Amino acid sequence: MSILSANQLTKSFGGLMAVGSLSFELNEGEILGLIGPNGAGKTTVFNCLSGFLPPDEGEVFLEGQSLAGLPPFQICRRGLARTFQIVKPFLTISVLDNVMVGALTREKSTAQAQTAAGEIIEFMGLARVARQEAQGLPLPLRKRLELARALATQPKVLLLDEVMAGLNPTEVDELIGLIQEVNRRGVSILLIEHVMRGVMALSQRVIVINYGLKIAEGAPAEVVKDQGVIEAYLGKEFLIAQG
Amino acid sequence: MDPHLALQLIIQGILLGGIYGLIALGLSLIFGVMGVINFAHGQMMVMAMYVSYWLFILLSLDPYLSLVGAAAAVFVLGYLIQATVVNRILDYPEAMQVLPLVAMGLILENMALLFWGPDHRSPQTALSLQTLWVGPVMIDVSRLIAFVLAIAITILIFIFLKKTNIGKCIRAAADNRTGAILVGIDVDRIYNTSFALGAATTGAAGVLLLPLMPLSPHMGHDFTLTAFIVVILGGMGNLIGALVGGLILGLAESVATLFLPATLKQVVSFSLLVVIMLFRPQGLFGGKK
Amino acid sequence: MTRRHVFFAAVLLVLLALPLFLDKYALGIFVMIFFYAYVGQSWNVLTGYTGHISLGHALYIGIGAYATTFLAQTFGITPWIGMLVGGIAAVLIALFLGFLGFRFGIRGVYFVIMTIAFAEITRLIVSHVEALGSFSGIFVDFNPSFWNFQFRGNLPYYYISLGFMLASLVAVHLIEISKLGRFMVAIREDEEAAQALGVDTFRCNMFAIAISAFMTSLAGAFYANYIYYLHPNSLFGMALSIELILRPIVGGLGTLFGPVIGSFILTPLSEISRAYFSKGGLEGLHLILYGILAILVVLFMPKGIIVYVKRALHPILGTTNAE
Ligand SMILES: Nc1ncnc2c1ncn2[C@@H]1O[C@H](COP(=O)(O)OP(=O)(O)OP(=O)(O)O)[C@@H](O)[C@H]1O
Ligand SMILES: [Mg+2]
Repeated sequence: MSILSANQLTKSFGGLMAVGSLSFELNEGEILGLIGPNGAGKTTVFNCLSGFLPPDEGEVFLEGQSLAGLPPFQICRRGLARTFQIVKPFLTISVLDNVMVGALTREKSTAQAQTAAGEIIEFMGLARVARQEAQGLPLPLRKRLELARALATQPKVLLLDEVMAGLNPTEVDELIGLIQEVNRRGVSILLIEHVMRGVMALSQRVIVINYGLKIAEGAPAEVVKDQGVIEAYLGKEFLIAQG
Repeated sequence: MDPHLALQLIIQGILLGGIYGLIALGLSLIFGVMGVINFAHGQMMVMAMYVSYWLFILLSLDPYLSLVGAAAAVFVLGYLIQATVVNRILDYPEAMQVLPLVAMGLILENMALLFWGPDHRSPQTALSLQTLWVGPVMIDVSRLIAFVLAIAITILIFIFLKKTNIGKCIRAAADNRTGAILVGIDVDRIYNTSFALGAATTGAAGVLLLPLMPLSPHMGHDFTLTAFIVVILGGMGNLIGALVGGLILGLAESVATLFLPATLKQVVSFSLLVVIMLFRPQGLFGGKK
Repeated sequence: MTRRHVFFAAVLLVLLALPLFLDKYALGIFVMIFFYAYVGQSWNVLTGYTGHISLGHALYIGIGAYATTFLAQTFGITPWIGMLVGGIAAVLIALFLGFLGFRFGIRGVYFVIMTIAFAEITRLIVSHVEALGSFSGIFVDFNPSFWNFQFRGNLPYYYISLGFMLASLVAVHLIEISKLGRFMVAIREDEEAAQALGVDTFRCNMFAIAISAFMTSLAGAFYANYIYYLHPNSLFGMALSIELILRPIVGGLGTLFGPVIGSFILTPLSEISRAYFSKGGLEGLHLILYGILAILVVLFMPKGIIVYVKRALHPILGTTNAE
């Protein structure tokens, strides 16, 4: 059963086609990887899914309902949350207050939101810094905060944009564990990631795009062996040189 | 409607528009290079006007002769403002860049008040009352001279930016700050020079205005706003846009007096501003937002 | 009761008792301190908390002052009601401005310029309306009575302005801890991130500008019945718009007590310099000092003087939770 589906999404910037007629389905309970070289159009896909950019063509469906024309906040309230590749913490307020903003979209009172936010902070391993201002956090913790805030909106579908970039292997492994746990609790996840270790460990399926076009789709182990995918990542010359 | 009057207003508007263009050129240059909006722009202009006025009173130097001196004085002022304040706020969020420059405008305005008092002053220069008849149309000589000089200065600035070394460095720094640093340009100094140049330009425009309107310490705001409108019309950071925007605004304000009391002409310009921001925020000539 | 409560109660008592020891002139200075603290707080709601800089807030003061006075002098409506009407008018204009700005994505400097444009357009229009005294302004008739919001001497104004300031503190504190207040701060910090978290930023922005305009316009009603003279240039002009933002900036933008602290520092400075310097032809000096102070604060203590005040009060107040 698909919970999120994109139908023929297309988005161009001036003459540059960032996403070209891309269709895919995210099944309920699944973790789907979205990979591709730099500038392939992955973030643009997220922007179209989450309502930050109107697609030129195509439509997005969440639980069978079209999201066309909805502003980002309503898409979030319908249960689709995203993180930003370049994290956007609310710098001058505490980590707890950051997460509460997300929680407040679901909870009636600030007291309830505080309880909910506290639990998520605990879960994400941010309890130690909960009262600190976000601007004091190092990048790995900022990435976690980004994730924690999105979780606080109690999404059914979570879009993660390179949450592992810039982390060391230990931190990556911790985050893999956390994302798996989130998934186990019933959140379907679409994951953009360059860190292959993360993609391989988490995704049940992977979509590869290049220049906005889908060039492969399938189980992660197979996709990385795909000729076209290797070419896209490493360039043709590399393949020829390798014989 | 009297066609002669209309023609007269159109010509007057275009002439004034050339000076508006020059005022705005400085603002646009500063924005184009540093991405900063100079909220003290009109106040810097008023400073130059007072310097020129002073030289006129003390040494009987005609404003057209003191133009270079007055512009130079404001050049130094601009250099100092950039070096002491603006360079420190370049990485601030846009909002926090506004406040120090607003405060700077407040300081300049009240310095003018402190030094020269609140009175309106109209220096009677040799040409200030002379007029010229072209067919049925009457033109103030000083307005015509101001227009010609404003266009000449605008062209000089363009040549300076295109041909000279400093000009090229300014354009490089505007284009790509990091790149400019990498090829060894002292970007801070280039920034200081750019701000100073923007200041001097508006200063020169002010001196050209001196024979045309009474001078007072509080007139800076109005010209800061005029410059904003022109620059938004033409597109932020777009130098040609500043000139054309100036002409459009001069024309619009002048022609508006056919239908409205002269004291209401700014309602037209502000409404124009709001409409442009709503429907064409990048300005008439594209430019960066 | 915590030490904080005791401290605030003590300060309140001092302020309530202070007039016993002050002459008319000193009372007048305190009226201006409270007045500017209140106006600064009103502006703070939009700019300090929500992050949209307004350089046209004089607009709302002007509307409050003119509406109240016009209704009182033409229809005999008491300022207590007139100021609510003025408040509603201010809210409507603010919502129109906000609609254009927030719906069409006019942000940053463009928003600043639009706030100026609205104030200037209104100033010019009022300057041409005969019924509002056009260029020469309106002299407010003086018929002291509670009903007319007019009083002999400064004492009643002292308590009224103090009341305004305290009410604004309570109101903004309630906003701060509400859902809206938290969303406003989120918008200030990153509007896109707020949207991604389900915040209806347009709605919050509209609330912020409406609340801010309403509060500001009440100050206009006070001004009209304290100064007794309305002039379009001084009530709608940029000079007032700039003057009223300096105190919260110096005190601490986006903090509850910043505007109050800023006003306690800057207002006496202006009153003293007005009294002493302008006699010696040094008019405007206090504004130069303000300007310099504001620049220094933005450059070297962007969180405002409140940081130092908090530090100084730390031994008395104990640990403070974040602002
Ligand atoms: N708002 C925009 N305006 C113009 N061009 C854009 C915009 N956003 C993205 N692009 C361009 O679209 C293309 C796809 O960008 P996108 O950010 O989606 O890539 P990506 O796959 O996320 O890359 P990365 O792995 O580096 O994050 C790039 O060429 C980029 O320059
Ligand atoms: Mg990306």
